[in-house]
Amino acid sequence: MAAADELAFHEFEEATNLLAQTPDAAITRSDQLTPQGHVAVVMDSGGSYGADDEVESDKAALLQEEKQQPGFWTFGYYQSFFDVDTSQVLDRIKGSLLPRPGHNFVRHHLRNRPDLYGPFWICATLAFVLAITGNLTLVLAQRRDPSIHYSPQFHKVTVAGITIYCYAWLVPLALWGFLRWRRGVRERVGPYTFLETVCVYGYSLFVFIPTVVLWLIPVPWLQWLFGALALALSAAGLVFTLWPVVREDTRLAATVLLSTVVLLHTLLAMGCKFYFFQPLPLEHVAPPHQAMSQPPNTLPPTLPRSMAT
Amino acid sequence: MAEAAESPGDPGTATPRPLFAGLSDISISQDIPVEGEITIPMRSRVREFDSSTLNESVQNTIMRDLKAVGKKFMHVLYPRKSNTLLRDWDLWGPLILCVTLALMLQRGSVDSEKDGGPQFAEVFVIVWFGAVTITLNSKLLGGNISFFQSLCVLGYCILPLTVAMLVCRLVLLAELGPINFMVRFFVVIVMFAWSIVASTAFLADSQPPNRKALAVYPVFLFYFVISWMILTFTPQ
Repeated sequence: MAAADELAFHEFEEATNLLAQTPDAAITRSDQLTPQGHVAVVMDSGGSYGADDEVESDKAALLQEEKQQPGFWTFGYYQSFFDVDTSQVLDRIKGSLLPRPGHNFVRHHLRNRPDLYGPFWICATLAFVLAITGNLTLVLAQRRDPSIHYSPQFHKVTVAGITIYCYAWLVPLALWGFLRWRRGVRERVGPYTFLETVCVYGYSLFVFIPTVVLWLIPVPWLQWLFGALALALSAAGLVFTLWPVVREDTRLAATVLLSTVVLLHTLLAMGCKFYFFQPLPLEHVAPPHQAMSQPPNTLPPTLPRSMAT
Repeated sequence: MAEAAESPGDPGTATPRPLFAGLSDISISQDIPVEGEITIPMRSRVREFDSSTLNESVQNTIMRDLKAVGKKFMHVLYPRKSNTLLRDWDLWGPLILCVTLALMLQRGSVDSEKDGGPQFAEVFVIVWFGAVTITLNSKLLGGNISFFQSLCVLGYCILPLTVAMLVCRLVLLAELGPINFMVRFFVVIVMFAWSIVASTAFLADSQPPNRKALAVYPVFLFYFVISWMILTFTPQ
């Protein structure tokens, strides 16, 4: 009867919320394999609903039951990580921007279909946006103090790329390894897979992209405010996602893990701010003879303020 | 026997004769030689597989390839939905464009300051690895375009930005100032939009409709980064 109830299509939201809130409920009933397996399949098929049509999710449920993974040397193996639509990617980005305590990002938005598209291109965008806006602040600085020589600073692109990609891939690897070690063989259902962890981290970095663009505004306290806000949103998303997995561990391990995650995130944000955005010189109007001695490369500083972007 | 053999092949008869009507009249006797030589009239206009392009002059070969490249340039400059770029892809055009762009963008070797513009190798790597990454992304998302076709399209659509680079270099010979910057900014923006439109016209059809934006966004990022490199180019 319960199975027939859960097969009813209008109940999938509550079922997903149930699973999100109490994922260990499925874990503790692991001795009754058949009903649990049946429930798990229904959850998945209900979970992959949303804006998609029913046919696709029916197929997905069937495929998840009898899916053989193609070998890692085939192209189809990697294609399975890019099996997302535009609407799904946008939905996941929205989910990472607005973390809520009850909503677990992995269960609610990823729904057992992690993708690599989001993390890869969000990291690429963030790296380029960091380098470009950092360069733009140099332009603004040169307008105030013409003794600063403007240069494109192309090496910062390389630095930004390496930093962001290492962070978004090595830290989830370490986290996943740590969680696997702590879980050991006690639980039948393990923590998140490596791809889901990479997804969580990748999508959580999205909030930094508009923040970095807003850091162009040369008001220091506003920059710190935006930075703190972005960091809070991003770290909250990570913590809410990790909390159900970590909650069963000892309190010490849980607090250490969560605080390390938040600390690393903070270090990344502050490192980016200090390396790519040098503080602007004090506002002063340059005397005319200084302006003429320096060949202006972009805009001379004696322009009226209305030319500022 | 000769006239019996010739009559079925005679095209000028007014009365249509049934085929092979005279065959029953033919009898081959022992003293008629059934051997000889077969000669085929020379036809050198058809493009054969191996020997005929080896025998042509070097000028013919180069001109043929240059004409193909030039034709594709025209298709990029006036983008409409046609299959020419996709059907006969080649990578000569992208190579010429990438080398030209990288030569114009590299910083002079005289000043070895650390934070300058990109070096030749950096531009080259960004263009080619960017194009390869976008192609892989498009294929992983399920697009039905082949690897080299996509590389060809992305490479050829750098042409507007190369033109923008030429214009910027000419404009930078004049005196520097805000108008100078505005002109360069306007030119780069227009060429950037042209590149995006041209490449989307070729690439967007190869994706399923619910993933078009996912495939087009990396193209946008790619041309944005190249436009940024062009706009921030400062002569030393």
